[in-house]
Amino acid sequence: MKKKLAHLAHSRAGDKGNTLILSLFPFEEADYPLLVEKVTAERVKQHLSHQLKGEVFRYLIPELHALMFTCENALSGGVTTSIALDAHGKSLSYAILELTV
Amino acid sequence: MKEKIRIGCGAGFSGDRFEPALILTEQGDLDYLVLECLAERTIALAQKRKLQDPNSGYDIFLERRIESLLPLLVHHKTRLITNMGAANPIAGAEKIKSIAKKLGLKIRVAVVLGDDVIHQLTGEELSIEGNKFLHTYGTRVSANAYMGIEAILPALSSGADIILTGRVADPSLFLAPMVYEFGWSTEDWDLLGKGTVLGHLMECAGQLTGGYFADPVTKPVPDLHLLGHPLVEVSRDGSGLIQKISGTGGLISVQTAKEQLLYEVTHPRNYLTPDVVADFSTVRFEEKGENQLQVNGGTGKCKPESLKVSVGYQSGWMGEGEISYAGSHAVERAKWAGEIIQQRIGDQFEEFKIDLIGLNSMHGGDLAANTTPYEVRLRVAGKSPTKEIAQRIGEEVEALYTNGPAGGGGARKYLHEVLGVVSILMNRNQIQPALKLIDA
Repeated sequence: MKKKLAHLAHSRAGDKGNTLILSLFPFEEADYPLLVEKVTAERVKQHLSHQLKGEVFRYLIPELHALMFTCENALSGGVTTSIALDAHGKSLSYAILELTV
Repeated sequence: MKEKIRIGCGAGFSGDRFEPALILTEQGDLDYLVLECLAERTIALAQKRKLQDPNSGYDIFLERRIESLLPLLVHHKTRLITNMGAANPIAGAEKIKSIAKKLGLKIRVAVVLGDDVIHQLTGEELSIEGNKFLHTYGTRVSANAYMGIEAILPALSSGADIILTGRVADPSLFLAPMVYEFGWSTEDWDLLGKGTVLGHLMECAGQLTGGYFADPVTKPVPDLHLLGHPLVEVSRDGSGLIQKISGTGGLISVQTAKEQLLYEVTHPRNYLTPDVVADFSTVRFEEKGENQLQVNGGTGKCKPESLKVSVGYQSGWMGEGEISYAGSHAVERAKWAGEIIQQRIGDQFEEFKIDLIGLNSMHGGDLAANTTPYEVRLRVAGKSPTKEIAQRIGEEVEALYTNGPAGGGGARKYLHEVLGVVSILMNRNQIQPALKLIDA
């Protein structure tokens, strides 16, 4: 059965200029292969297509059971000039957790 | 020489809470307290204050933080390292001197200078973000290089009680005392990598102890209202034991540390600082006890040839207006109100945005589809080169009270000047760190 990522994993959002960084960690290490298989860069880009206007790069850090997504052109110009309410994109960790796998 | 040093982080941004630094200093048996108070835009804002008043331009909370902290720092022989100097570290140091005099305390402040490079810029430099010449952006108000440990080390050698900097890389605030106390070579990339890992984990203070982490359903954090900030006991080999003061709230665990390790990191194997290119992928965490986390690993490669320079520029004005609707057809009425504002003034703005707070203001797109909130708040935001036009947004939203759909309440309007920040690279030879001592 499909599950929301929010039940399987946790995430933190960070910003560097107009680049959004989303990390993703399974609560249970056993779920790491599932996340690696299902949560591809393409899937994240599609899921957040409203927000992500540039390339999405995925990094895997198996020793930490971590996935990381570096999303370019993702924050309407970046925190200093964006007119978005959440100009940092801090809430976007919970947007990736809406994905179902 | 010491085998271990204890470094606390009492603030992770300018507006951070005050109490955790006091608790850390009082009970942490700290050698060093770090207060990291400079975000990307903070210096540009501070530079604008300095232009208005040459005696200002340091962190707006410097006075309040130092007044309460200074007696504790002196009593516990804890040295303070902080970037609260912002755009005017000398004026900040003079302020600290006057506070020390008032409190009857004898201290030495070392001011780290050299980050301000605005007079070296020609406008022909290319921005990293847009690959565009700087002169194509708005009027420049600030340009500050991210300096590293080489700027801070002489201040530590000077015997100063307080080291006050402008822009330096955040992890360098922590790495400098490690290098100084352990006598590490500034070209031992492996040790600098390890120290940078610890500095990066610590620099956001409460984000390592459960702040920005906590979720009542999946990631509960005890006593979040009493959140304590972290301290790290660093060993000579570059490993560290992260902990917090007992009795404070929060949580230090592998989970909290992993989230912070990758925070704002664009490439986990190449984390660039002025001191080293650190590799975070080899870091290992081990819970040693309740709220005790051992950090091992991390490596590094040779430091970069260029330093990043943040350039602040004027980018016009932003106006905002908000008004709420509740009950039946709340979303329909709020949408209609937004369309009305768009029709009335939308064409006057280069950038214009209509959000329904409670429905689509944070993520937008399909994520909010098929949800119906009981109440919703219309937010209209727009940017304009002139203040007069920007403030029309708030005025028009307020006018919806009597000129818009039924039941609009709680209108608010906001106006602020926009300072943009872009980055360039500058050869590190062009940046000359300097030191000034001020004794009180």
